[in-house]
Amino acid sequence: MTYLAKPKFHHPSLPKNAIGFTRRDYEASTSTLCAGCGHDSISAAIIEACFELAIEPHRVAKISGIGCSSKTPDYFLGASHGFNSVHGRMPSVLTGANLANRDLIYLGVSGDGDSASIGLGQFAHSMRRGVNMTYIVENNGVYGLTKGQFSATADRGSKSKKGVVNTDNAIDLVAMALQLGASFVARSFSGDKGQLVPIIKAAIEHGGAALIDVISPCIAFNNHPGSTKSLDYVRAHNEAVNRLDVLLGREPITVDYAPGEVVSVTQHDGSVLRLRKLNDDYDPRDRLAAMDFLQQQAAEGQIVTGLLFIDPDAEDLHANLNTVRAPLNQLGDAALCPGSAALDKINASLR
Amino acid sequence: MTPTDIAAPDYFHKVVDCQWACPAHTPVPEYIRLIAAGRYSDAYMINWRSNVFPGILGRTCDRPCEPACRRVRVEEEAVAICRLKRVAADYKDDIKGRLPKPAAVKNGKRVALVGAGPASLTVARDLAPLGYTCVVFDGDTRAGGMMRTQIPKFRLPDSVIDEETGYVLDLGVEFRSGSRVDSMKALLAEGFDAVVVGCGAPRGRDLDIPGRREAADNIHIGIEWLASVSFNHVERIGRRVIVLGGGNTAMDCCRSARRLGGEDVKVVVRSGFEEMKASPWEKEDAAREGIPIHNFLVPKEFTHAGGKLTGVTFEKVKAEYDAKGRRKLVPAGEPDVHFECDDVLVAVGQENAFPWIERDTGIAFDAHGMPVIDKVTLQSTNPKVFFAGDAAFGPKNIIWAVAHGHEAAVSIDKWLHNEDVAHRPQPAVTLVSQKMGIHEWSYKNEVMPDERYAVPHRDNAAALADIAAEVELGFDAKLALAEAGRCLNCDVQTVFSAPLCIECDACVDVCPMDCITFTQDGEEADLRQRLRAPATNLAQDLYVADGLKTGRVMAKDEDVCLHCGLCAERCPTGAWDMNKFYLEVAQAGPACR
Repeated sequence: MTYLAKPKFHHPSLPKNAIGFTRRDYEASTSTLCAGCGHDSISAAIIEACFELAIEPHRVAKISGIGCSSKTPDYFLGASHGFNSVHGRMPSVLTGANLANRDLIYLGVSGDGDSASIGLGQFAHSMRRGVNMTYIVENNGVYGLTKGQFSATADRGSKSKKGVVNTDNAIDLVAMALQLGASFVARSFSGDKGQLVPIIKAAIEHGGAALIDVISPCIAFNNHPGSTKSLDYVRAHNEAVNRLDVLLGREPITVDYAPGEVVSVTQHDGSVLRLRKLNDDYDPRDRLAAMDFLQQQAAEGQIVTGLLFIDPDAEDLHANLNTVRAPLNQLGDAALCPGSAALDKINASLR
Repeated sequence: MTPTDIAAPDYFHKVVDCQWACPAHTPVPEYIRLIAAGRYSDAYMINWRSNVFPGILGRTCDRPCEPACRRVRVEEEAVAICRLKRVAADYKDDIKGRLPKPAAVKNGKRVALVGAGPASLTVARDLAPLGYTCVVFDGDTRAGGMMRTQIPKFRLPDSVIDEETGYVLDLGVEFRSGSRVDSMKALLAEGFDAVVVGCGAPRGRDLDIPGRREAADNIHIGIEWLASVSFNHVERIGRRVIVLGGGNTAMDCCRSARRLGGEDVKVVVRSGFEEMKASPWEKEDAAREGIPIHNFLVPKEFTHAGGKLTGVTFEKVKAEYDAKGRRKLVPAGEPDVHFECDDVLVAVGQENAFPWIERDTGIAFDAHGMPVIDKVTLQSTNPKVFFAGDAAFGPKNIIWAVAHGHEAAVSIDKWLHNEDVAHRPQPAVTLVSQKMGIHEWSYKNEVMPDERYAVPHRDNAAALADIAAEVELGFDAKLALAEAGRCLNCDVQTVFSAPLCIECDACVDVCPMDCITFTQDGEEADLRQRLRAPATNLAQDLYVADGLKTGRVMAKDEDVCLHCGLCAERCPTGAWDMNKFYLEVAQAGPACR
């Protein structure tokens, strides 16, 4: 926790993006999380990603639930819209907002308690409905705000700070998202921004439900030798399947890779995701293989990271519902409520 | 690259840019904090120990510290270090009780000091309390040397010189005033164990162009004229005055002329305005008093009629640069310019002159007539004789004279104790954590953009009416507090301990200046490009630490670090800490022998 505000000074060479903002323009109030919290690194990665994508901050809605993770939207994108909702209810509030205004970029920020315990049902339904959003789970395996009890994502057999062994099985949100039909599924690590930032960029560019499970060590309660979500453990067991470059349509491709090393995926919006393979056998376009691989690696105690699955032709909730292109909140009364004659017509068609 | 050795005194010393740039290495941030705390006497004593003349320097220093100030690199203007020094001098209590006492027992060694300027007096200040018998010779009746004769009273009142030269002379120093040394041979014959030549660079350069002899009555050498003004031998000058030269002496000349009847005073320089040797603030002061500066004009001829000066003719030139970037002034091909005037002041440089040092005293001189001396020990080829101040390497400034004085004192002290003078003592260094609690630091680390505060000046009309009226009024306590708050506390160092680091990135994320990077090791040139913000200022070091679990290195670019301490505040393990670095240059005495 810091009481000092970050000075307004910045490095003289601090670059500006295409719309004239510096990275510092995407910052917000000073974090009140514990010193060293992985969540602060994720906030920094979100700032970096939005800066690099040259996103106008007012085009972003950041929506969260309750918990350490859900506090973080206060610490990035200070000029964006925000809604700190009820515990575990971020997906519903986000879905509603998305239905009302499909033009905004939705960042759902949640944690392992918020998404894997109280909000598990909400999480599942937002995935299966394909809500167009970037759903970031800041996953530390403990309830930090209540001083370090195991959360639902804590691995069976891992130890609490006091040495108690966890006897419950862990919920793997990545496996669930794959099974529930999410069209973009990734896992990353707060301690590796080189991997995390491009994944966030790709997820924002993705046109469907994108889940990023970010292992985010809790320095205060879950960074000890018996933990499987500590900085050291994740670094030692990180099985990264690929490295990602995100290329926006207008950027020329400047780096050459040997054939077979790179998988290029063009998304709906024209952005190109270039995946440098670290594991030769891994194809992120194969959902079933991804599920298999994850299970195998999990059984060996490895943490698979990278862009694990992507369906570049994903369709979202609006497509499924066949809504109009214009955001609903911009339609006039006449369009939204066409009157009793229109209702009679619909009723007649159902008789 | 090689990990940084933070135990080497120079490493953190360089980070304190002001202290590093100061020839005497005064611990600037420390005394600025004391000023902010209202502890003016304590601030004064830190200065007095280091630079001997805080009140004088607080008005007249050439301030090498200010261009070096980190505020320049992160904002625009330096902290007004020099004028804060004056605050300490202006508002201190009576500090006489805190000064060293004259030595109770003399050590039997006698040191002669030629000239009562800053170099000699600094040697005396350092040696007299140790028991040396110090005898200062000066042709003038009062001590101060060129500080008294060349700096106009409206910049430096006599009372300040009297006070601070007095502190030195009161240490049991014998002052033979009005006693000019005319012969080194005779002086050495008096049996002194060591002699310090601190007589300055007393000869003003002349300008030998047509008309110089014919119009001599109205052409004056700048420093001689300033001395005459200082002694009230000159009280008037013509209505129209031309000052030739672009250094600080020229600025003193033109401003003095404005006060002695010069209504139309102009400065004419050979170079461009930007390249003038005068400090920017002295040019500003001249401009404020309505004195124009004409540049790129080379004096060609003094015009005269009936034995009386009528003006000066100048050739117009322009600057051309050769392949090596050296500037050459070449004729611009435009018609000559003629300015009419009644008097000319020539301030085109100063020279050393040692007519009183016989060439058979064992003191070797080089082709330029300068003494051959060791750059560090200041010892001449006659091991008994040391040179300091302007006399050593030509005209510089007061703070360099003080720095020389300290070094000469160390040399003499070692020499007279039969020690190797080339073996120099290390500075005294401490490094102490400033952490008081989880969010408490013992220094003000809320860094904000804050523009430099201007020193109040006396009203122009009143200032010009009286040559003894000090123009700058100095900061009051409130302004001093505000200006002191601009100091970034660069002496409170970011100290990193790799074994404690868990590489959580908190420091990287929070650093407002993107100074910190964790990355693969490499050669310095390569590493500088791979940092979070490229480290292009090669004058500033990289702080590199290895021994991290991931095998990476921590590389911190010291260049624009604000010393805000956020890295340490956000560090969960205390791998970063803010430590106050205090460095005092060794001075003569048992500790450095």
